[in-house]
Amino acid sequence: MKNKSSRRSFIKNISLATFSALALSGCNSMSFDKFLQKNFKTLSKKDKDKIIKDLEIKYKEKYGKEFHVSDKPAIDGTLFGYALDLSRCVGCRRCVYACVKENNQSRDPQIHYIEVLQMEKEKGVDFAHSTAQYNPEKVPEKGYFYVPIQCQQCKNPPCVKVCPVKATWQEPDGITVIDYNWCIGCRYCMAACPYGARHFNWGEPKVPLEELNTEVHYLGNRPRMKGVVEKCTFCIQRSREGKYPSCVEICPVGARKFGNLLDPNSEIRYILENKRVLILKQELNTQPKFYYFFGI
Amino acid sequence: MKYPFPENIKLPVTLIALCLFVLSGCKNKESEINGINKVNSTIEETKKTEQSTEYAVEPPPFSDGIYPCNDCHANFAPNPVRRNLVQWHDDISAMFNHDSENRWCLDCHDLKNRNFLRLANGDLLDFKESYKLCGQCHGEKYRDWKVGVHGKRTGEWNGKKEYLLCVNCHNPHAPKFKELIPDPPPVKQEDIK
Repeated sequence: MKNKSSRRSFIKNISLATFSALALSGCNSMSFDKFLQKNFKTLSKKDKDKIIKDLEIKYKEKYGKEFHVSDKPAIDGTLFGYALDLSRCVGCRRCVYACVKENNQSRDPQIHYIEVLQMEKEKGVDFAHSTAQYNPEKVPEKGYFYVPIQCQQCKNPPCVKVCPVKATWQEPDGITVIDYNWCIGCRYCMAACPYGARHFNWGEPKVPLEELNTEVHYLGNRPRMKGVVEKCTFCIQRSREGKYPSCVEICPVGARKFGNLLDPNSEIRYILENKRVLILKQELNTQPKFYYFFGI
Repeated sequence: MKYPFPENIKLPVTLIALCLFVLSGCKNKESEINGINKVNSTIEETKKTEQSTEYAVEPPPFSDGIYPCNDCHANFAPNPVRRNLVQWHDDISAMFNHDSENRWCLDCHDLKNRNFLRLANGDLLDFKESYKLCGQCHGEKYRDWKVGVHGKRTGEWNGKKEYLLCVNCHNPHAPKFKELIPDPPPVKQEDIK
C-alpha cells in the first residue's frame, strides 16, 4: 500500500516537473505544437497546410528568405526508376555538388548524397578495392571506371524495415522518404542500408545563405535539423513537378537517365529492355530501382 | 512510309525538325535556292508536330563569324583535291582527329555549296540536321540518341524534353570527349572534426 501511493506521487511530481520545465523553457505555442506534431503520414490535409504555413513563416524568420514548401503527393501511375551508364561516367563529381546545392545539404559538417567510387577496370565492380578519394588533374584516368552511388530506392528497403518509429517509408511512386520531425536519430536505418546512402546530421547543418534553395518539399530538401538522418529522394521537389533530378541535368556526359518505370515509352524502360543492366548487391534482395547499364 | 524511322521515333525527330525550321527562319531564302527539297519536307514535318514534345535546344556551335561559309567561299574556285590546308582552316587541319587516315573536309562538307553538309548519297544537309550525317556511320549511337539514351536530356521526364545535337558535346573534327577537371573529393573520415 505504501509503495503504491509513493509511485503515484512520483508520477504526479514527474509530470508536474515536466510541465513546469516546459513552461520555464520559454517555448512558444509554435514549438509546443511541433512537439506534439504527429507522424506526417497520419496528418490530415488541414494539419499539413497549417504545418507548412508555420514552416514557411519560421524559415522566413530564420533565413530572411521566402520559402515555398510543398507537400505534393505522388503522381498517380508513376514508379520512378533511375539508370546510370557506367560506360559514360567520367567521375567528374559534377552530380555530387549539384545535388548538395539543390537539396540544401550541410556544407560543414559535410554531407554528400552521391559518392563516386573509382574502380579498377581489371577488377570490375569491387567495393573492397574502390576509393572515393581519387583526385587527379583530369578524369577519367586510364584503367579505371567510376560508379556513383546514392540511394538505390529499393523496392524492398531494409532501412524502412528497421525504423523503430516509422519515420521513414516508401511512397507510392517508389521514393523512400523521411519525416525529419519524426526521426529520433537512432541511425538504425544507416546501419541497415547496404549502400551507405543515408547520412546523419552530427552537427547543426550549415548552408551558405546565398546558396539556399527555397523551392523545397516537406519530405525532401527542406532545411534539416541537427540529429536527423537524410538521403537522396530523387529530388522529390523536382521529380513530382515533372522535372528531372538535378544530378541528371548537370551530368556533362549524359550518363544519368530518369523516368517512369510504368510508362513503356520512357527512356528508362528502353534501357531495361535493350541494354545490359546490373543492380548493386543483388544477392541482398533489396531490389533497387537504380540500375547501372553499359550504353556501349 | 516516308521516314526510315520506327513509329515511336518519328515524333521527337519531327519536332527537332520543327525547331530547326523555326530557328532557321532567317536563312529561308538561301534554303529555298539551295535545298528546295529540304525546305518542303521541313514544312510537312512542321504541320505534323504541333503537339510533339521534344526539340533541339541549342543551335550548332559555330565559331564566331564563320557561318555562312559562302561569304568567303564564293570567292574561291572549288578544289576537290585532298590536301593539307595551310592558309585557311589550318587550325582544323592541325587538330583533325576523326578517322584522319581516310577522311578529310569534303567527306562531310559539300564541295559546291559550303553552307551545307553532304550526306553519302549526295543530298545536301543543313548544319542544324548534322545528326543525320553523324548517324550514317554511328548508327547505334544515333538510334540511342533518338530515344534519349545516348546524350543528355533536360526538361521534363513526362513532358517537354530538350535535346542537344551531337556536335554540342563532340567536336566534329575531333570527337573524342575531352577530359575534365574533377570537383574536389569528399572530406576524409580522419579529417572530420
